[in-house]
Amino acid sequence: MQLLLQQVVAGIATGAIYAMMALGVVMIYLAIDHLNFAQGEMATFSTFLAWQMIQWGWPYWAAFVATVAISFVGGIGVERILFRPIRNAPILSQVVAFIALFSILNSSDGEIWNFTIKSFPTPFGTKPLFCIGLVSTHQAGMVAVTVVILALLYLFFRGSRLGLAMRAAAANPESARLVGIRVGWMVALGWGLSTAIGAVAGMLIAPVVFLDPNMMVGVLIYGFAGAILGGMSSPGGAVIGGFMVGVIENLAGTFIPYVGQELKLTVALVVIVAVLMVRPAGIFGRVSVSRV
Amino acid sequence: MMMLEVRGLCAFYGQSQALHGLDFALAEGGIVTLLGANGAGKTTTLRALCGMVRMTGEISFDGKPIAGRATEDIVRLGVAHVPEGRGTFTRMTVEENLQLGAMARGDRAAIAADLEEVYGEFPQLKKRRRQQAGTLSGGEQQMLAVGRALMLRPRLMLLDEPSFGLAPLIVAELFGILRRLNQRRRVAMLIVEQNAALALDLAEHAYLIETGRIVMGGPAPEIAKDEAVRRSYLGY
Repeated sequence: MQLLLQQVVAGIATGAIYAMMALGVVMIYLAIDHLNFAQGEMATFSTFLAWQMIQWGWPYWAAFVATVAISFVGGIGVERILFRPIRNAPILSQVVAFIALFSILNSSDGEIWNFTIKSFPTPFGTKPLFCIGLVSTHQAGMVAVTVVILALLYLFFRGSRLGLAMRAAAANPESARLVGIRVGWMVALGWGLSTAIGAVAGMLIAPVVFLDPNMMVGVLIYGFAGAILGGMSSPGGAVIGGFMVGVIENLAGTFIPYVGQELKLTVALVVIVAVLMVRPAGIFGRVSVSRV
Repeated sequence: MMMLEVRGLCAFYGQSQALHGLDFALAEGGIVTLLGANGAGKTTTLRALCGMVRMTGEISFDGKPIAGRATEDIVRLGVAHVPEGRGTFTRMTVEENLQLGAMARGDRAAIAADLEEVYGEFPQLKKRRRQQAGTLSGGEQQMLAVGRALMLRPRLMLLDEPSFGLAPLIVAELFGILRRLNQRRRVAMLIVEQNAALALDLAEHAYLIETGRIVMGGPAPEIAKDEAVRRSYLGY
C-alpha cells in the first residue's frame, strides 16, 4: 500500500512536467493545426541558458525569470522567422522544418555546452517533504509551480481581452480577422507562451533527469502521450492527460513485471497507439468533422 | 463625396475570375443592396471589399484607398462584415462573441455601455449571455452576428444574406432592426440578398449582378418596377 501510494504521488510529480509539455504541444497544435516536433529541444536549449546563467553566478530565480522571458521572445522569433514564411506550405515541408529545428538545437546544445551530463540545481531542496517520505520537496515544488502556471494561464485565457482574442484566432481564424484580430500575431504569441512553458518544464525536470542535449526527447514523448490521451483539442484535457501518463508510467514500471525502469517509455507509446485506435479524439477532445 | 467607391473591381479564385470590373458606390449613411442569383458574385463582392479574396481594381473608403489591405486593417477602419454563415464563435459564450466584436476598438471604457445597448436591441441575447453561441437558434445566431458587428461601432456594415434560413417573422423583425439602426446611428449598409422584395424595400439604391458583372443599377423603387427584375427576382 505504501509503495502504491508512493508511486502514484511520484507519478503525479513527473506528470506535472508532462502536463506542461502536453499543454505546450496543444497550444501550438490549436494555433497551427500540427505538432511542433522541436518543442522538447527548444525547452532543452532554454534549460541550458538557465544553467549557463547559474554558472555565471546568477541567483536561481533571476536565471529562472530571465530564461522564461528569453524563451518567450525566442518562441515568437522562431514563429516569425522559421514558421511564418512556410505557413501555407504542404504539411510535410513544415514537418521537415520542425525536424531541422530539432537537429539544429540539439547539435548546438552539444557544440556550445558539450554532451557530458550536468547536474542542475533545484530551489526547493531534495529533503523529504514533512518527513513522511512520500515526496521530496523538489517534487512538491514541481507540482506547485505547475499548478500556479496553469492557474495563471486559465485566468489569462478566460479573463483577459488578449486571451479571448487568442482563443478566437485559434477557433476560427477567418471570423477572428473579421472582428479585427491580428491572427498572425496571435499565433506568434501562442508560440511564445508555449516556448516559455517548455522552458519552465525543462528547468523543473532537469534536477531529476540531469541536463544533457537529449534530456527532453523522452519527456516530449510523454508530453505527446498526455496530449493525445487528454485530447489534442482540449488544453485542460491535455493537462489531465499529462498527469495521468505520469501515474500510468510509474505504476506500470513498478507493478508490471518485465516493464521495469527500462521499458517505461514504451508505456507512453502504447498509450499513444491505444488512444488513437480506441478514441482518437482523446478523453476530453472533440471529434472534428469536416466536409471533403 | 461617397463613403464607399468601387471602380473596376475584379476578383479571382485561383485561375477563374469571379468578378469582371464592378463599379458602384455607397453614400454616407445610405443603404445599398446587391441583387442576383446564386453564384452571380454577390458574396465574392463583399469578400473582395474586406480583402478576403485576390482582387484588382480600386476601392476607397472615406477617400482612402483600401484595396489590397489586410482584412483586420479594413475592419479597424469601421467596416463590419456579417458573413454568410454568420461567423459565430460557436464554442464561446454569447457575451464573449459580443466582446470579440469590440476587439478592434481602442476606447475600452465605452465597450460595457455598448454591450448593454446591444442587449437592449436584442433582449433574447441578454437572456442567453452565458450560453454557448453554437446552441442558439438560427434567428438568434443572426441577431448575435448583427450585435457583434454593432460592437465595432461600425460606419459601414456588410451584410451577407441576413435573411438566409430564417422564418418570415424573424426576417421581418431583423429587417426592422436594421432599418432602425440605419436611421438612429447612421450606419451605412451594403446588403446582399436573394430575397429581392425585402432588400428593395429597405435599400435606397440597388445593383443587379449577373455572372460577375453589374447589369443594372439605380434607385431601389425604379429597380423594383423594372419588368425583367420583377419577373426574374420578384416573381410577379
